[in-house]
Amino acid sequence: MSGFIARSRRHVGFQIGAVLLLLFVGTALVSLVWTPFPVDELRMRYKLLPSSPQNLLGTDHLGRDVLSRIMVGAQTSIAVGLISVGIGMSLGVALGAWAAARGGWVDEALSRTSDLIFAFPAVLIAILVTSVLGASARNAILAIAIFNIPVFARVTRGAALAMWSRDFVRAATALGQGPFGITWRHILPNIASVLIVQATIQFAVAILAEAGLSYLGLGAQPPVPSWGRMLRDAQTYIFQAPELALWPGLAVALAVLGLNMLGDGLRDLLDPRLRLMRVG
Amino acid sequence: MQSIPRRTFIGAAAAFAVFPAFGPEAWAQAKNRLVVGMSLEPPVLDPNKNAAAAIREITYQNIFESLARIDRTGAIVSGLAESWTISPDGLVYTFKLRPGVKFHDGEALDASVVKFAIDRLFAADSTVPAKSLYTDIASVEAVDPATVKITLKTPNSYLLYNIALCDAAIQHPKSAPTNDKHPVGTGAFQFKERKEGDSITLVKAPTFRDAGSIKLETVIFKVVKDPSAQVSALLAGDVDTFPGFQAPELVERLKKDARFAVVVGTTEGEVILATNNGKKPFNDLKVRQAMAHAINRAELIDAESGFGTPIGSHFAPHNKAYVDLTGTYPFDVAKGKALLAEAGYPNGFEASLKLPPVGYAQRAGEVLASQLGKIGIKVAITQLQWPQWLSEVFKERNYDLTIVAHTEANDIDRYARDGYYWNYDSPEFKAKWREVVAATDFAKRDELLKDCQRIIARDAVNGYLYQLAKIGVWKKELVGMWENSPTPATDLTGVSWK
Repeated sequence: MSGFIARSRRHVGFQIGAVLLLLFVGTALVSLVWTPFPVDELRMRYKLLPSSPQNLLGTDHLGRDVLSRIMVGAQTSIAVGLISVGIGMSLGVALGAWAAARGGWVDEALSRTSDLIFAFPAVLIAILVTSVLGASARNAILAIAIFNIPVFARVTRGAALAMWSRDFVRAATALGQGPFGITWRHILPNIASVLIVQATIQFAVAILAEAGLSYLGLGAQPPVPSWGRMLRDAQTYIFQAPELALWPGLAVALAVLGLNMLGDGLRDLLDPRLRLMRVG
Repeated sequence: MQSIPRRTFIGAAAAFAVFPAFGPEAWAQAKNRLVVGMSLEPPVLDPNKNAAAAIREITYQNIFESLARIDRTGAIVSGLAESWTISPDGLVYTFKLRPGVKFHDGEALDASVVKFAIDRLFAADSTVPAKSLYTDIASVEAVDPATVKITLKTPNSYLLYNIALCDAAIQHPKSAPTNDKHPVGTGAFQFKERKEGDSITLVKAPTFRDAGSIKLETVIFKVVKDPSAQVSALLAGDVDTFPGFQAPELVERLKKDARFAVVVGTTEGEVILATNNGKKPFNDLKVRQAMAHAINRAELIDAESGFGTPIGSHFAPHNKAYVDLTGTYPFDVAKGKALLAEAGYPNGFEASLKLPPVGYAQRAGEVLASQLGKIGIKVAITQLQWPQWLSEVFKERNYDLTIVAHTEANDIDRYARDGYYWNYDSPEFKAKWREVVAATDFAKRDELLKDCQRIIARDAVNGYLYQLAKIGVWKKELVGMWENSPTPATDLTGVSWK
């Protein structure tokens, strides 16, 4: 572990990513207890104000404080990211590990089903789900989670298959351990780093997808603040108050950039082969 | 972004269709071509098959004409009928048809065609959306080729008005079945082509009786749904006018441009917080009164950038029979809370607000959610698409609250309808409305209409918010556009370029 920290000191991308993520999570945590203004308070007299000491990022078309909404919007993004990646990861990893352990028709069926889902762009699936079940934050999470399942299933299956041919796994098999025990004790711990990296990347994808869905009106419903929805609202005021679109856009970009850099950094730091190449 | 090359292509294609060659000559002539921007696309083009306002905005007077006609001031003037007489008992209307009227396919208009067109409005198996307006008609008779007699079951003071609507467009039996795709009427413009999702092109009809008075040769109705794209289309010159511009927040930007005239007029559109009166807790008058006290109209109109006139009932303020009832339940949060407690909800309750995908509803939705929140009603907003809204809210009546503009004139009659989506059932209002319809003295009718407004305001059937303004934007050289919108229409028969 100390080796990891020492290596991470030399990895600038990882550090930037970590700082951005801390900022992102920190903002969301602070907004749970404090925001500059009550987040849904309408003050029509103060609508579309530019940045000022009172309203650091100005006010929106209903006179609400943009900074407060960006802060609470981070909660929405994190909730969507955590839950959808959580669902996608637990189901996807289980299915992928099962396919790798069982092989044969199970593997074939799961792989082809993944292919089928991959054939549709993620946003298309999400639009399909939300238009059938109705537009809400919950259904947006569900839609994004559905897309996450095959992503994790595929990554898990690939990494687990490579593990199954390793000598220590064969030894465990020879000792009479069952496939479930081997997967739990030997396979999963050894592919955990790959999964963590993938989870970070999928988190970023989920935030982007939620913003996209909310922009289309299919995600979080007003007045719940969501960065995508703020972008949608800002669009009609683009001539009057262009900065209204800038702030939520910047927030999405920074959160996604941070998570991607963190993911890349983690991959570099956790992947033993890359580590050897770098150090050696 | 994808639509830009396509738009240019269609513009070019339409221009080529009219002028065989693109030369200096073509540019000189380009002043008889008009591109009208529309926010919504009509599902079909036949007003007898669908209630969408967009159909009327394209076809009224341009393609289809009725026996009478609603002019730019809202007055009823002669249409396909040159003149008419009404019997003293108000039961028999005799229309004298205008001579020399031809349909776009060359068929002539005579009394038998009128009989066919009116008969199918009120026939027992009629499926026209406005059927209820015409069910007082007992019979239609072709007295001679130029005379039609309409006999009523009971006097109906709205008959002439209803006959002048686009819903009573005179269609020919030969073309009526295909008018949804290829409308054939008697108007000044004939249908040329439709590109689904993009545009509808009309050209001047050679069969029109008074072709000399029509200045435009080609009219293209172009659908641009997104408000900021509408502004871009205007600024880029792709569209010459948006007669019903839907984004008040962008008006300032257009006013800065010297090429455009921005004209604010009146519409018949009352924006209401429609309430499901048949559902608990909204069936309790006290709850509806509490909600009425929670509504701050000034804030709502502010969200519309100041466009809109406050209303206290379901009636247009520019109408002669209007009575100002905005003070019936004035904005008073404490009073609202108290009424809610009296009704048995001291801690409020949760309600859903289903919004159609239009700008004014989205804006008013967030404002109202906040206002109702202050008296303890927790409002959850759901955004719907139009087809979902029509089926869930309007047809199945599966909703608590919604926000929508009722854009027809004189649509206070909806409160007398059984099974309308508000689930309002008041014998008192129904009786009063029957008196309105039967009144032949218009001064007396105005007084009765005032009573009608008072009844629904007192019952707080819906939340009455504001009257939509008509924001018309057009190039300054364009003359003859309607400033107000007395009925859904884009009457281009009097429009020309300076």
